[in-house]
Amino acid sequence: MTWLARLFRRQKMESQLDKELLFHIEQHEQDLIARGATPEEAHRRARLALGGPEQIKEKCRDARGTRWLEDLAQDTRYAIRTFRKKPGFAIIALFILALGIGATTVMFTVINGVLLKPLEFPNPDQLMTLHGSTKEFGEFWGFSGPDADDVAKDAHSFVVAAWIYGGGTISGPGEPEYVLGRQVTPNFFSMLGAPMREGRAFRNEEDKPGAAPVAIISSTLARRHFSQDSNAVGATLAFEGNSYTVVGILPASFRLAGNADIFTPMHQSTDHRAQRRDARFIHVIARRNDGVTSAAGQAELDTIAHRLAREFPATNADLGMLMRPLRLELVGTIGSTLWLLLIAVALVLLIACVNIASLVLARAVSRERELAMRVALGAGLGRLVRQCLTESAVLGLAGGTLGVALAAIGIGPFVAFWPGSLPRADEIHIDWRILLFAVGVSLLSGLIFGLAPAFRVPIQNIEHALRVGGRTIAGSSRRLHAIFVIAEIALAFVLLASAGMLGRTMLKLSSLDPGLNTHNLLTARFALSPASLNTPAQMRTAWQSLLDQTRGTPGVQSAALADIIPMREGENVLPYSTAPLANPSDATSFALASTVTPDYLAVTQIPLRAGRFFTDDDKLGGAPIIVIDENLARQAFGTTNVVGRRLYLPNLNAEPVTIIGVVGHVRHWGLAGDDQSRIRDQIYYPFAQVPDHLMRFFSSVMSLAVRTHSDPAAMINPLRQRLRGGAGDQMLYDEASMDQLVAASLDSQRFLLLLFGIFAGLALLLACIGIYGVLSYLTSQRIPEIGVRMALGASAREVIRLILRQSLAMILLGVGVGLLGAFAAARLLHRLVEGMQPAEPLTFVAMVAVLFATALLASYIPARRASHTNPVEALRQD
Amino acid sequence: MPTPPKSDLPQGTLDLLILKIVALGPVHGYAIAQRLEQVSRGVVQAPEGSLYPALHRLENRDLLTADWKQTDTGREAKFYKLTRKGRGALAQEEASWNRLTDAVSLILGLSNAEGDAK
Repeated sequence: MTWLARLFRRQKMESQLDKELLFHIEQHEQDLIARGATPEEAHRRARLALGGPEQIKEKCRDARGTRWLEDLAQDTRYAIRTFRKKPGFAIIALFILALGIGATTVMFTVINGVLLKPLEFPNPDQLMTLHGSTKEFGEFWGFSGPDADDVAKDAHSFVVAAWIYGGGTISGPGEPEYVLGRQVTPNFFSMLGAPMREGRAFRNEEDKPGAAPVAIISSTLARRHFSQDSNAVGATLAFEGNSYTVVGILPASFRLAGNADIFTPMHQSTDHRAQRRDARFIHVIARRNDGVTSAAGQAELDTIAHRLAREFPATNADLGMLMRPLRLELVGTIGSTLWLLLIAVALVLLIACVNIASLVLARAVSRERELAMRVALGAGLGRLVRQCLTESAVLGLAGGTLGVALAAIGIGPFVAFWPGSLPRADEIHIDWRILLFAVGVSLLSGLIFGLAPAFRVPIQNIEHALRVGGRTIAGSSRRLHAIFVIAEIALAFVLLASAGMLGRTMLKLSSLDPGLNTHNLLTARFALSPASLNTPAQMRTAWQSLLDQTRGTPGVQSAALADIIPMREGENVLPYSTAPLANPSDATSFALASTVTPDYLAVTQIPLRAGRFFTDDDKLGGAPIIVIDENLARQAFGTTNVVGRRLYLPNLNAEPVTIIGVVGHVRHWGLAGDDQSRIRDQIYYPFAQVPDHLMRFFSSVMSLAVRTHSDPAAMINPLRQRLRGGAGDQMLYDEASMDQLVAASLDSQRFLLLLFGIFAGLALLLACIGIYGVLSYLTSQRIPEIGVRMALGASAREVIRLILRQSLAMILLGVGVGLLGAFAAARLLHRLVEGMQPAEPLTFVAMVAVLFATALLASYIPARRASHTNPVEALRQD
Repeated sequence: MPTPPKSDLPQGTLDLLILKIVALGPVHGYAIAQRLEQVSRGVVQAPEGSLYPALHRLENRDLLTADWKQTDTGREAKFYKLTRKGRGALAQEEASWNRLTDAVSLILGLSNAEGDAK
């Protein structure tokens, strides 16, 4: 007979067991009678010899292999029955659990999609990204062209591909538009393992200056510009004033970080910087060969870096090369925020579990009589523990099911609500990993809140329990209840304190001065018509006429050009010194350099501290001049009185440049990040003095800054229309008001604050419900005692004080434990949140006050109720 | 008549004794209890409370199989008999038990001999 058959023939087996034992007893009786005992005597002795029939039957059932399954089914049915009999408890518990598990599942779903899922390329774990690192700058993404080529040539344990950003204007066929793109090495797609949907990847001979222009486009771009996108392969595309032949179309599933619609061969352009070993602007990705570990790959990379350092000490002496997983690169710094939120949400779930544990315990105590009865009827300790755990598992799984349903509804809005764009957002959905996680969390929750009550099973004191039932409660139960309350308060305090610290940080950061007038200031990138990109003179004229047209637009107060916009991505860092340098790499000071037109100061309203700003008379051919910020002035000269002094900027100009003015510092790295950033000195130099050979490059990076009379957002469309140019292919894009950029620089802090605020509020609410529930329960158990006290003359006020003293002790202990946790949380937040302010006593004091006030309020209600006890009724109740 | 003190069964030996008794022929629970008592001349106290759980355990492990049959007195009872697997298990257990008792008596004899030598 298999165990399955045994399970289904349970009824029959039970009756056979009865019959077998009965036979034994009767047989024994007959023997005893035959030996001369009276029937009564025989009956008694036979039964005594065998022992308790129910206990034996239990042991026989245990001896069958299917016992646990039978019990599980039975306990599950029993649990559901009791929950249905007392739906109030079950509904509250389910509600709390569903919220807790739902929130945890949402966070895990995001983490799974963004951080844990492998990239959708073959053997994604082999994909790496290469970083440079120096003592001065730490780790950074850029490689120089020659370094990238050398690594590609020398590496045997991994294959290397490279790319740089390369967007531009598509003038036809179809509507002109500005698209983002990449310039890549020919092996870029084959190394990733991404096949073309149609056509082919680049060939090596196409990756050379002078080769025929070819492009690979995304499937969405193909759809936008070609009526039938299957015809696109072989067609021509007017891109950046050249005619490109489309050789391949990518599948829709191809995804990289950020948008990229058009890919061109990297080495077709003759960017002079690509030949320089000190211009590090190339992204390098790599795939480790089969069987090569990260450590082995890194070891080979180290060897190459050492060789380059020996051969090119001027540029590479201090340059280390590092190999990092590509997956982390795509995700960026979002990981720490996500884990922080998961921890916070797990704390809320833990509070929910503790809450339910105290509810279950209260129920278990009032069921002590029932449990004692079961022990008397033959149930073993293990059996009862199993039953209690089954009950909580049923509750946990039901809560989990509801939680997953909530998560499925909530995940969409949550991702949409995320500030900025969440990397890999379209890979966030509920899959088997999530379901596994939810089941695990549900069962774990069930275990947490089921375990304590389970081991309260009254095994030693059956007689006592049967006699007094649920009337009095043992000290251990009261202690356990107190521990629950303390734990809840401690956990809630950790969340409250974290929210408080984040709130302080937000207040402090928002009150920082960005360094410029952010109101009514519009910024946008701009792409000139490809037709005007032929000669430097053409480009200068085109930029000037763009400024004139902008100024002529109604609603515009003033306009300027700049290559770097504060608080927006994209920086140019230059070494500087006050004395001539033998070698640029000897520099120990670095500044953010920005080239601007004369009106920039008027547009941004950055304060002028000394000297003057640029004018239209500062031209190419004149003496090279710069304006610096007060930070650099103090850093380099110890004073802001530096007009007329000289600075050496080897990467900008061979001769020293003259400082003609000093302006205020702008918090370029955002309100949260600027004060801690390594490079805070700032240099401005006139756009008019940009040398001819750099005009083509700067024309691809210049942005427009416009001071408007009213809402800058309303100006976007009029400006777009007006600035289209004669051919209709000049493009304003990536528009943002400066207010938006400032707000965005605090996005992640604000978002964390919002969520921590919600979590802390939930935690406080749950803790209050917990305190209220536990105290109501404990006082209801003490009603007879209170009755006696009142009969002996205690006043209502004294009764309230009695109860409150009890809860005050629990709250104090909880806050004490919570303080320790809050200090740990402060350390964690400080490490993970940019611009986090150090923990302050004031924040903690305020949060302690909030917690105390609400917790005492929650305990006052049961205390007051107890004080209304009618002594006569209370005494009669016992 | 004073009854001789009864020994408790060493852990695990109940199974061996049951297998041995059942090996003699199909037999029901009560008879097994009787025979345990008789054969061991009352020296071994087999707690009747643990007999039935042991029988069910052995049946579950496929060492015993059971049939409902008529007894001599015409009543229905559950008769246990050895399976092929049970026979193997019995032989093995018996052998290991004999080895164990040989070893134990050897050690006991040794210490006695040493004690005698003094």
